[in-house]
Amino acid sequence: MSESKVLLSVAGLTKDFGGIRAVDSFSFEVREGSITGIIGPNGAGKTTVFNLVTGLYKPTSGTIRFLGEEIGGNRPDVIVRHGIARTFQNIRLFNRRTCLENVLTPLLQRERCSFLGAMLGLPSVRRMERALHDKAHSLLSALGLDAYASFEASTLPYGLQRKLEIARALATEPSLLLLDEPAAGMNPEETHSLANLIAEVREKFNVTILLIEHHMDLVMNICSPIVVMNFGALLATGTPEAVRANPEVVKAYLGERKEKR
Amino acid sequence: MDYILSIVILAGINMIAVLGLSIFTGFTGLFSLGHAAFVAVGAYTSAILTYYYYVDYYLALAAGAAAAGIVSLIIGVPTLRAKLRSDYFAIAVLGFGEALRVLLENLEITNGARGLPGIDNFTTLPIVFLCLAGGIFVARNFLRSRWGAACIAIREDPIAAETAGVRLFRTRLLSLVVSAVYCGLSGGLLAHFLSFIQPQMFTLVQSTQLLAAVIAGGMGSISGPLIASFVFIALPEALRVAQMWRLVAYGLLLVLIMVYRPQGLMGYSEVASFFRRKSGPEGGRRS
Repeated sequence: MSESKVLLSVAGLTKDFGGIRAVDSFSFEVREGSITGIIGPNGAGKTTVFNLVTGLYKPTSGTIRFLGEEIGGNRPDVIVRHGIARTFQNIRLFNRRTCLENVLTPLLQRERCSFLGAMLGLPSVRRMERALHDKAHSLLSALGLDAYASFEASTLPYGLQRKLEIARALATEPSLLLLDEPAAGMNPEETHSLANLIAEVREKFNVTILLIEHHMDLVMNICSPIVVMNFGALLATGTPEAVRANPEVVKAYLGERKEKR
Repeated sequence: MDYILSIVILAGINMIAVLGLSIFTGFTGLFSLGHAAFVAVGAYTSAILTYYYYVDYYLALAAGAAAAGIVSLIIGVPTLRAKLRSDYFAIAVLGFGEALRVLLENLEITNGARGLPGIDNFTTLPIVFLCLAGGIFVARNFLRSRWGAACIAIREDPIAAETAGVRLFRTRLLSLVVSAVYCGLSGGLLAHFLSFIQPQMFTLVQSTQLLAAVIAGGMGSISGPLIASFVFIALPEALRVAQMWRLVAYGLLLVLIMVYRPQGLMGYSEVASFFRRKSGPEGGRRS
């Protein structure tokens, strides 16, 4: 398992916003098949790293390699085609579209068909549409959402919206799935079932998972390795046990003992 | 009878342009205050072709629509590539539309501000009806295609759309070109119905009326803007008996719609869905 190949490799990644260095020569890698967790105090730059990897921001310097290919600075839609999909901390769905359409949108973007044929509604185009509808339904079923297929996304309860976002990300057929605080706003019970869901998704869809999370029990339970960030830089990396025992990490989260007393 | 017929034809022609703008504004979420310019391009191109060069009427219509699509690239490429925010884009197109009108007023071939008189009046009700029906058919196919899905995704959330694999610039540009083609077709029909066109017919007022029909009819709807467009053309004519008050009624109607149905007549839904919801087995909410 430890000998699996490197899927994503980030080296010396730096991002400045004006005078503020949000990410400071940050390096880490994600191995195929792993569930890698990124943790760190608020403002450590975790989401910025996600935005850099998925192309929403352009790096100031540093490299982002995916399967050996440099992808840093590409547009988000190009990076998705490389096989990196993501969800957002504050859910971003196509709110006024149905669940089915939310999942169908990325599926359609992967299809090639003639513009003229589509405008005329040719039978071949209709056949392709039907096949994609079936695919979208099976994705929704996999996440337990098929009963809501014709509901508008905004009408779903919060937890299901998170699931729908994962379903939409999976529809791009990624090999690496980035989850930005998937358990945010969930109670312990929901968090527990989310952990099972993430493990299940990894098995069923054969994806590697990189996630940001504040729920420590979730991270400690399912993630290995764990990458710890502080002030935009790498603080520590290793197994959950190693990270938990690391004095630097404890200091970053709890402050120094001297200062407290 | 002729009078009513001409109102119906005018409404039909207007509906084609509104249909185009609905794709751009209602479904892609970008606002434009200059789409009358694309109507003008279609009108002048087709009129000049039939008037000076005796080109076949249908060919001239197609050429007018195509010319409008090409002209839309001139304003669309720089502004949409720069990712101008929706309201800034609306202003940029407004400036473009006005500049184009001034150009039409000063060219030799357009006969300047005096306008082109004596264009053959080919446009009949069956032709308008066919164009409108075809336009609706194509618009529906467009919206369910990958390109339409991409447009709606951009309206809902551009960032999420991009991470779902939507090409932002290309999709917005395509939406603009498609809407301009509709407007161009509408312009060609208009020129060959009125048999007279002049630059004054394609001002900001016309652009605003197109946008008003889309917004009052409802964003994200095909049927809503079409109904609104028909009402906005027919109502002032129907109220001609009350000369002085007809524009007041028109304005009042707009205000009332915005106050009581801010989402428009048919915001994010279609007339057909009412019937479907009653009889459909699913009973789920559809957009």
